[in-house]
Amino acid sequence: MEMVNVKINNIPLTVEKGTKILEAAKKINIDIPHLCYHPDQSIKAHCRICTVEVVGSRKLLAACSTEVWEGMEIHTDTKLVRDTQVGILELILATHEQNCLTCSRNQNCDLQKLCSRFNVLNSNLPDVTEHLPIHNTNPSIIRDPAKCVKCGRCIKACKEVQGISALTYAGRSDKITVTTAYNKPMEETDCILCGQCSVVCPTGAIVEKDDTQKVLDVLQNPKKHVIVQVAPSVRVALGDAFGLPKGTIVTGQMVTALKMLGFDRVFDTSFGADLTIMEEGSELLSRIKNNGTLPMITSCSSGWVNYMEKNYGDYLGHLSSTKSPQQIFGAVSKTYYPEQSGIDVNDIVTVSIMPCTAKKFEAARPEHGRDGHQDVDIVLTTRELTKLIKYVGLNFESLPEGQFDSPLGSGTGAAIIFGNTGGVMEAALRTVYEKYTSKELKSVEFQEVRGIEGIREAIIDLGNTKIKVAIAHTIVSAKIIMEKIKAGTCDYTFIEIMACPGGCIGGGGQPIKSTTDVKHLRMDALYDIDKKNPLRKSHENPDIIRIYKDFLGEPLSEKSHALLHTEYNKVKKAHDFSYLKTEEIASI
Amino acid sequence: MSKTVRFITKNFGKYDVSSIGSYMECGGFDALKKAITLSGEEIAAIVAEAKIKGRGGAAYDMGRKLAQAKSVIAEKKVVICNADEGEPCTFKDRMLLENDPFNLIESMIIAGYTVDAEDGYIYLREEYCHLRPLLLNAIRQARTYGFLGTNILGKGFNFEIHLYSGAGAYVCGEGTALIESIEGKAGRPRMKPPFIKQCGLYNRPTCVNNVESLSLLSHILLDENKEYQTYGMGDSIGTKLISVAGNVKNPGVFEIPFGTTVREIVYDLAGGIDGDRPIRLLQFGGASGKIASSKILDTPYTYEDLKRSGVTVGSGAILIIDDRTSLIEFLQSTQEFFSHESCGQCTPCREGNRHMKLFLQKLADGTHTEKDIASMKKIAKLMAMSSLCGLGETAQSALVSAINQFEDVFHVKSSEVQG
Repeated sequence: MEMVNVKINNIPLTVEKGTKILEAAKKINIDIPHLCYHPDQSIKAHCRICTVEVVGSRKLLAACSTEVWEGMEIHTDTKLVRDTQVGILELILATHEQNCLTCSRNQNCDLQKLCSRFNVLNSNLPDVTEHLPIHNTNPSIIRDPAKCVKCGRCIKACKEVQGISALTYAGRSDKITVTTAYNKPMEETDCILCGQCSVVCPTGAIVEKDDTQKVLDVLQNPKKHVIVQVAPSVRVALGDAFGLPKGTIVTGQMVTALKMLGFDRVFDTSFGADLTIMEEGSELLSRIKNNGTLPMITSCSSGWVNYMEKNYGDYLGHLSSTKSPQQIFGAVSKTYYPEQSGIDVNDIVTVSIMPCTAKKFEAARPEHGRDGHQDVDIVLTTRELTKLIKYVGLNFESLPEGQFDSPLGSGTGAAIIFGNTGGVMEAALRTVYEKYTSKELKSVEFQEVRGIEGIREAIIDLGNTKIKVAIAHTIVSAKIIMEKIKAGTCDYTFIEIMACPGGCIGGGGQPIKSTTDVKHLRMDALYDIDKKNPLRKSHENPDIIRIYKDFLGEPLSEKSHALLHTEYNKVKKAHDFSYLKTEEIASI
Repeated sequence: MSKTVRFITKNFGKYDVSSIGSYMECGGFDALKKAITLSGEEIAAIVAEAKIKGRGGAAYDMGRKLAQAKSVIAEKKVVICNADEGEPCTFKDRMLLENDPFNLIESMIIAGYTVDAEDGYIYLREEYCHLRPLLLNAIRQARTYGFLGTNILGKGFNFEIHLYSGAGAYVCGEGTALIESIEGKAGRPRMKPPFIKQCGLYNRPTCVNNVESLSLLSHILLDENKEYQTYGMGDSIGTKLISVAGNVKNPGVFEIPFGTTVREIVYDLAGGIDGDRPIRLLQFGGASGKIASSKILDTPYTYEDLKRSGVTVGSGAILIIDDRTSLIEFLQSTQEFFSHESCGQCTPCREGNRHMKLFLQKLADGTHTEKDIASMKKIAKLMAMSSLCGLGETAQSALVSAINQFEDVFHVKSSEVQG
């Protein structure tokens, strides 16, 4: 690797050729201010707040986009640099809706942090904020153009991670906006509501639809029995917001916090995940045995299902009909649970804590309910749970470790790793192997399906036969697989697809600053939980064995089909969400 | 009107612009025939010797640009003729396109040969759509005669010219925005680096030249007696096409030898001011250019002398404003242009232009304060220092030069309450 010698603020350092000034400065602990720069994205150089002085250069140079060269002398802290950076900040502020105190991103906003850092007290510029309409017509994502700094991070996320480009720049000069084609509501575009835009937005311009108040209200209603399920990936991300090291496992504190918040029962989506494996594994075996549609593709990721319905309507038969863990849990919570507990189903409110914005949409789908109520009533993202915990004033990191409640609070290690890309595949293989071969699987870790590459393949030996499987995450990768299926050149038997990078641990509802480095730590943490769990195969979960014995019968039984399986619909025209039952939730 | 010369305009009126045969009768394609006996490096050296500076506005040494483009090693390279001519008050390229289209085609082929490019693109200003048939005809005829296509003049050199127009955005005259536009994207400049000489159109090394710069190429190659070098003054060698407009009696395009004084341009070539009124100001190089008072009249029109007087050649435009327009009105008009044409992607240009427009309104209303003037100076500086492309960098050139040269206009009357 070729190295170059540079000086930053007279401090000499040697960095790899090709390093950008901003990255070089980080190495000597100088944080050059930035807004549009994001470590996981290609460089944009739009905001210009990272401008620095380079000796010999006529203009200031953008530190995010300029590569260092041999002998480069950089100054990040001259009067000219400061005046320019603060000047740019003032220009942004003059066009920014400054209702910070009531903003969803208050105290978690890159712009706010820069203003604080530069002690911006007042400015001579008039307020030129344009109060364009807030886009809030879908159940997942809200966009407020008045808070947009036009950095383009959301555009890059949608284009580079998902290959969808639902968001783009429109117009020019001071009329430029970040919007959808023809300024249509997100749901009428190719948007899959994955929320990757909301994780990278530096301000509150793109946020999840906030449902925390609904939860607070329902928790105050003594007539209601409020239960909560928490997705596997939340427990390794929730600690971020409380200053814990990234990837810290906070399962116990999380359970305690939810109990202190007033939930009547705290359950685990892992239970739903184990059930998913029972059904999906059986479905796969049935398809193999009965020459059903193959490859079968997982359907746990609701962003992915949205994508399929909007783009591959003729290939929906490949999707597993098994519901996602959230919806399986929801269905059980409104059928089996009332039967077991003797609580009237009409009094039960099921809340989900999900790493995902698309799950809000999934829960509101009309097919996910019965007898006039939805299976899952309210979905909160990890970010919203953080807010709730802060709301009630809990000292989260010091909370004692609580235990999930019974009977829907148990999950095996197989269920836990659902949060990682490759996790559903691995969990399914652990069960499918034993069901197919009737032999015990000695080594439960399928290392070949783990990893972070966009598409991974493995050949699994099932004794008398071998099956080829694939794992893909992000829609960019998923598209490659779907095009293979379309072309008839796909020889996989089973495919796991997750819409978000890294799987749910990198979901659109996870804490802000879920960068690739952070995702790796979360992945390791989930595998760690799995390793320490004495039960690592879904079919060995005693509560799962019991629900089949007492209630469902067997996988793919008539009852299982009615409760745990679903259908998908080709979306022919623009999404119309008016039929969703989101408003009824408010009246609970 | 003997103050004009005919070097780059020598073919004007001499041939039928719709006929390659007519062009060839007056020496057309002789330059190309000569060029292919030379190496690319030799052609670049001839251009360098003539000290031709790019005529688009940045005045980059054209010989050097060609030599650099030649030295880049790549499978495919591209030559682009920037015929966007979006700079207000600039219409000299139109004259070249209208009166000597074949010379441009010939010069582009030579440029392609010089730098080993296989493709040439003419990015024609959308408002010049009436010239499309003329250029398409010239390209078609050149192809029929074997000057375009494969194995040109039996030398194994392949070259094709594509004609492209955008949707009329000023910023598409900026090299990288122009490339984005050809690629079918919105015309917004790219960040630099990478520079287009390394990675331009379709990620290929790209050499962009203005119409006038390219048009000079054929003439320079055939200029064996070095007539071109006999024109000019000091380091500003040769001739220049200038566009003169505004409150003058005889606006138009003139080819002048460098060194002609501004007074000669305004009063002799352009016929003086309408109604013989006094001059309020002159703007050099288009809307992105700086302004001067009539004190500049005796300055020779050369790169060096204009620079000493605080302005630049830029696009070769000279706009003359008489006393019927106030300085602030003029600045507002210029500002209106940039507020409309900023692409909007980078903060300094997008937001800076927005606020400058508001501050200028305060100046027009007489409600400005010392603080406002300070803010204007600050914003103008940060726009020039930190904008992503040349548009933001130069959008406040007129204002900054106005503050320097017409200081009294920006004074806040002491009786006014200070904000």
